[in-house]
Amino acid sequence: MNMLRSREAQLTLAIFALLALVAWRFPAFVAPGNLAAVFNDTSPLILLALGQTVVILTRCIDLSVAANLALTGMTAAIINVMFPGMPVPLIVAGAVVMGAALGAINGILVWKLTIPPIVVTLGTLTIFRGLVFVISDGQWINAHEMTDAFSALPRAEILGLPMLSWFAIAGFAAFVLLVRYTALGRSFYAVGGNPSAAVYAGISPGRTQFLAFVLSGAVAGLTGYLWVARYQVAYVDIAGGFELDVVAACVIGGISIAGGAGTILGALLGALFLGIVKNALPVVGISPFWQLAISGAAIVIAVIANGRAQRRAGRQILKRDGPKAEGAR
Amino acid sequence: MSETTGVEMRIIPDRLRSRLQRAMRSWEVLLVAVAVGVFTFNSLASPFFLDAWNLSDATFNFTEKAMIAFAMALLIIAGEIDLSVASIIALASTAMGAAVQLGFDTPALLLIGLGTGLLCGAFNGFLVTGLGLPSIVVTIGTLSLFRGIAYMVLGDQSYGGYPSSFAWFGQGYVWWVITVEMVIFAICAVVFWIVLHFTQFGRTVYAIGNNPTAALFSGIRVARVKFTLFLLTGLMSGLAAVCLTSRLASTRPSIALGWELEVVTMVVLGGVSILGGSGTIPGVVLAAIIMGMVTFGLGLLNVPGIVMSIFVGLLLISVIAIPRLLGLVKVRLT
Repeated sequence: MNMLRSREAQLTLAIFALLALVAWRFPAFVAPGNLAAVFNDTSPLILLALGQTVVILTRCIDLSVAANLALTGMTAAIINVMFPGMPVPLIVAGAVVMGAALGAINGILVWKLTIPPIVVTLGTLTIFRGLVFVISDGQWINAHEMTDAFSALPRAEILGLPMLSWFAIAGFAAFVLLVRYTALGRSFYAVGGNPSAAVYAGISPGRTQFLAFVLSGAVAGLTGYLWVARYQVAYVDIAGGFELDVVAACVIGGISIAGGAGTILGALLGALFLGIVKNALPVVGISPFWQLAISGAAIVIAVIANGRAQRRAGRQILKRDGPKAEGAR
Repeated sequence: MSETTGVEMRIIPDRLRSRLQRAMRSWEVLLVAVAVGVFTFNSLASPFFLDAWNLSDATFNFTEKAMIAFAMALLIIAGEIDLSVASIIALASTAMGAAVQLGFDTPALLLIGLGTGLLCGAFNGFLVTGLGLPSIVVTIGTLSLFRGIAYMVLGDQSYGGYPSSFAWFGQGYVWWVITVEMVIFAICAVVFWIVLHFTQFGRTVYAIGNNPTAALFSGIRVARVKFTLFLLTGLMSGLAAVCLTSRLASTRPSIALGWELEVVTMVVLGGVSILGGSGTIPGVVLAAIIMGMVTFGLGLLNVPGIVMSIFVGLLLISVIAIPRLLGLVKVRLT
């Protein structure tokens, strides 16, 4: 029975129940080919949720991921248009570095100036999004302007799955290894669980949070390239409001917003749950305009469920009760 | 940081600075200086700035947001936040639009708008104080939920056909260039000023923000006060929805998109600590006027709205960052 208590088990059950419900009326939805398509469609959400997870683990939140994605995606597209000869791996590496740099801006502000992460990322969200407009001059970059090599990578199929899906799978594996078996991964939990204790264990909470933001930014940068290349279009509003879906995926996946608790598997399942809902809506004939309300309701319900599972008194996340022994810094 | 060290020696001066000296160093005085600077710059940069009617139109840039900012200031001082305010506007506006289709008239519309705001605020307040959940995530959730309901109802449609008497709130003038919204803004400012600075309720808001545990032990009903503040924020969002809907005379589900950021920026620019416990209403009033004038001035210079949002984002971060940077420098020097 204890197995069923975990969020991961409950979510897996919920996902199967959801699939069964849709399959009952529309059996074609659960055909392997369609499920793979749903997974591929959910891959950007999975990638971003992985990055967001480590940020939330350290008691922070990164609302700028979608804007970061848009800015790096647009930059990648512009570079592709201006220098069609540039090899794609270089562009991908550039997108990761640029995303990491944007994440580092968030991280520095949180680490060195101890500004609450919610304020920092709300601010950088608008700044990044505004910069997309500035660098693109409000113009769209369409499929015919991109080189074939640029837009082929996410669609290239290996073993029947597109590269985009493989990126999500590889990202998942990498984050599981990072969080379970590396010192940095463990320090994410340590800092989120108890910053004061982390300080005494020789971990700098600020630095760890900074690295979490860099990681989240790097993933957002990578996803930015994948997004633009997959849909073969770049414009100012790509992935607008997507940060809410990302936070929703994490919260549904049982990542505690108070930090220090949650698993990478949970984030994956949370993203899959949202992705299946999103893809099932048009199939069962519900207007896509319901999607926003459904993810909102999902966040609220998941937060309530999380709150019941781990009720602890006196935890307030606006007030980040910082480590008490920071005098040594 | 001095607030987190705890072990650091506190330097207590022998004598307080004089009242005038302290006043001169306050955040509000700095804001007045900035406001004067922005005003002078704008009037030099554009020949159209110093025109009574243009200035009157410019107030629409901030009056509706400021109404919410007053309530948000109290909420942030008490250590909570509400990111769903713009979505409450969308939902309240949708409710009013639906009521128009059913043939309701202006007084009923006003009640429906305010009532929807109150209900949304009560929902947020219940989740935060009743269930003890963190307000940031709760209101990120209701941010999607409330606007999502507006999208469910409206889709890609819009509501219009508001009665002509309803236009009074957003388009009416009380006297010469003085708009109805300006008067509502001024009344709200005075009411919130009195409530925060001159009533017992206002003192409890500060007490809760500084130390909720101590506030609880000194007999303050913390949960009840916070719930009231969420109600108040919802109500003011409803009021802003009435004004905005009346001004635009139509409702789309994307109405007031992204306003939560501008409202929070206004509050923080006004000198309210994002960590709770300090801040004043006059500061928020000044911040509202400055933000209104900056956006109006940039608009006169043909700067597109999305580029203006870069300034808002930079403003939000730098307002918090600069004092801390200066603090860091000071620590290094001593």
